[in-house]
Amino acid sequence: MTENAENGLRDAIQGAIADNEVILFMKGTPEQPMCGFSARTVAILQAHEAAFAAVDILPDPRIRQELSAFSNWPTIPQLFVKGELVGGCDIITELADSGQLAPILGVEQPAEPTPEPTGGAAPKAPPIQIDRPSE
Amino acid sequence: MQMEGLPVHNDPTPSELTERIENAIPGAKVLEADGDGHHFRVKVVAPAFEGLSLLERHRTINEIFAGELGGRIHALSMSCLTPEENQ
Repeated sequence: MTENAENGLRDAIQGAIADNEVILFMKGTPEQPMCGFSARTVAILQAHEAAFAAVDILPDPRIRQELSAFSNWPTIPQLFVKGELVGGCDIITELADSGQLAPILGVEQPAEPTPEPTGGAAPKAPPIQIDRPSE
Repeated sequence: MQMEGLPVHNDPTPSELTERIENAIPGAKVLEADGDGHHFRVKVVAPAFEGLSLLERHRTINEIFAGELGGRIHALSMSCLTPEENQ
């Protein structure tokens, strides 16, 4: 791994965060989350009917490494809105419970703020491939 | 007995997490701590959380376990309250 390629990955991550108003870095995909915390966060976003981009960090460990170095946040999932880290699963759950998440996402309050993850609902946006520069 | 340099099996425990949080944050009390050796959940009440956002409160705890989260401590769920919020 050359320094250039690592910088390229960092640029791709920062580019994806800049290009997508709501973006979730997760384990697995919205259709098939590979971790309970990622599943729960996806379920909350879907209950809010928020459109979001998703990046699966599992295919390449360097994605997580670069992401955590950039965000100063050690764990996955990580939700970014308008370029800012909102938090991980605990924070998203707490914000949803207190009704603070909807205004952050710019959506209406959902009827049921924190559903249990179903894993069944379709995502609003297809997963992003982080290893390729978007656009 | 533990010997230095050996790969000693040393899973974290809820009491280890409690002790480290209370030692690191003056006035902090860990009111609940559960875990199975890999996934943990703590409820921390501390005056130091006053005026901090949720993100900043979590960062305070994350820093205590820097380098261990996602590794030795696979996952740490937390709820961080001020004494006032806990009443």
